[in-house]
Amino acid sequence: MTYPLLPVVPSLTPVNERFTGLRHLGRVLSRDWLAAFGLVLVVLVLVLAVFGKWIAPHPEEGAGLANIPNRNLAPGAAHWFGTDELGRDVLSRVIIGAGPALSVALFVVVAAATIGIVLGAIAGYRGGWFDTVIMRITEFFQSFPPLLLAMITVALLGAGPVNVGIALAIAWWPWYARIVRAEAASLRDRSFVEAARAMGVPTWRILYRHILRNSTTPILVQATVDIGTVVLWVGSLAFIGLGAQPPSPDWGLMVQEGRGVILNRWWISTFPGLAIFVTVLGFNLIGDALRDILDPRQTKR
Amino acid sequence: MLRFTLKRLLTAVVVLLILTLVVFLMTRLIPSNPAIVYVGPKAPPEVIARVTAELGLDRPIFVQYFEYLGGLFTGDWGNSLSTKRPVLLELATRLPATLELIAAAMAIAALGGVTLGVLAVRRPGRILDGAIRFLSIGGVSMPAFWLGLLLQLFFVGNLKLLPATGQFSNALEYTNPITPVTNFALFDSLITGNWAAFGDGLQHLILPAITLAAYPLGLMARMVRSAMLEVLGQDHIFTARAYGLPERVVHWKLALKNALPSTVTVFGLSIAYALTGTFFVEVVFNWPGIGQFITAAMVAVDYPTIMAVTLLGAAAYLLSNFVVDVVQAKIDPRVRIS
Repeated sequence: MTYPLLPVVPSLTPVNERFTGLRHLGRVLSRDWLAAFGLVLVVLVLVLAVFGKWIAPHPEEGAGLANIPNRNLAPGAAHWFGTDELGRDVLSRVIIGAGPALSVALFVVVAAATIGIVLGAIAGYRGGWFDTVIMRITEFFQSFPPLLLAMITVALLGAGPVNVGIALAIAWWPWYARIVRAEAASLRDRSFVEAARAMGVPTWRILYRHILRNSTTPILVQATVDIGTVVLWVGSLAFIGLGAQPPSPDWGLMVQEGRGVILNRWWISTFPGLAIFVTVLGFNLIGDALRDILDPRQTKR
Repeated sequence: MLRFTLKRLLTAVVVLLILTLVVFLMTRLIPSNPAIVYVGPKAPPEVIARVTAELGLDRPIFVQYFEYLGGLFTGDWGNSLSTKRPVLLELATRLPATLELIAAAMAIAALGGVTLGVLAVRRPGRILDGAIRFLSIGGVSMPAFWLGLLLQLFFVGNLKLLPATGQFSNALEYTNPITPVTNFALFDSLITGNWAAFGDGLQHLILPAITLAAYPLGLMARMVRSAMLEVLGQDHIFTARAYGLPERVVHWKLALKNALPSTVTVFGLSIAYALTGTFFVEVVFNWPGIGQFITAAMVAVDYPTIMAVTLLGAAAYLLSNFVVDVVQAKIDPRVRIS
């Protein structure tokens, strides 16, 4: 299934282009069952992240409080997802874990996008030596496996969710810088930008009004896919001991905690892993449909 | 072609040099003193001071850096802080197992990804296409460490078909020991005709290889599908169909050949992914490769190992990109000429 590309005809009213992008989003979701399913999953996870404290049956166990008498109960009416080695309700832990998982992901994407947008927009708009330097730096970052870069950074900074966020943002910003730089370079010589320049509009305002606001669609699509991927990577780092530490309700950490007993007490690892999978799948399904809006052949990593 | 190759290699060397400097500085600026990591946190201060001097950590940082750089070329990459043995030796003895796993996973990903991608375009937008799309997006959304556990649960726990962890059964060492030839254990068992060991190794390889293949397989299926769709819209395909060539030939012979360049690109990306992905899979399956050693080293801030991994990771990434470029130039004349 393919969708028409965004209009590339120069337009003097850049705001229209943004709304075309958003209208496309609505159209894509209404036509595409998989994308709509993705949206349902994402909304579900968002609701859990925001209202988890009130939804979880045992919020204090979710946060890490042990309840030894209830150790290792199989899933049943009282504990839908069973209980773990410390007697904590796995369902509550999975629900409470949605908040931290999404906030780290949001932090990483916002931080990476902010750095990338600022540097990329200036590089693309100004060109010259600044452009060369920034692009060399991004190429340098991209000549290394990003997940390994994040792992090494966390290892050196010390394990923990904050450092994981910093490390992933460091590994991620070059991709945003390159997207925005390409947009800025192509917008630079368009007539409305030239007109603004001729009228003496300050550079920062041109950058914001004409460059940034016209690059929102590709940035948003990228950010959507990236939130899912960040959740996956945060979980992976926690799984090998570089992320959140016990007793945090981190999904990756919970999978790790149940790993040794997977053949005896399958529920301890299975449900937190399922939570990661569902979250990432939701964002990826939406992102995959959104990508068609921009360019059916575009790919990253 | 030669100029292109040389330019690539030069860039790679520069990247590696900058990388050594950056990571080296990072390892020296971190709050935790490597000497404390070496002797343990409870050591008395005079022991820490002695080890600091022994490891040369009290000298100017650039002297340390150039000494390290010199060591890189003479094969002295430092000792692992955890095992106290040379890092290069630790990694070299484990690397063959990892490479065997990656090779198996990439073979599965390439075969499966191309097949699914070509099948998906038989009727775009129909049920099979949708199912393949869901499968491939599912593949790239799956946490590898979790998929590995699920496979263990199902194939080991429920069906009792396959072994859960390790590269070979323990008893094999006594009943059918493998004669090392290349140190690639599975390959050695094959060329020395040790069929019991080979069969046992294959059984151990299946689950980790599938786990590692899930992400690249999904990525490749998606990529082949969109490349195929693009090619199928072109005039020469229209002509071929007008001549009455069967769809099978049109898809598998004509279209796939022209979709090959994008397929090779995404294959290269997948290898790059597998380089890191294998760490997690190896942890889950207790695979005797570099993954467990490296993840443990990262948690323990074993900085000589971290440095070595940085270099190897960058080198492997650059090498796989380089090979992709060369293959690309071989199969696509347009790349060669420009």
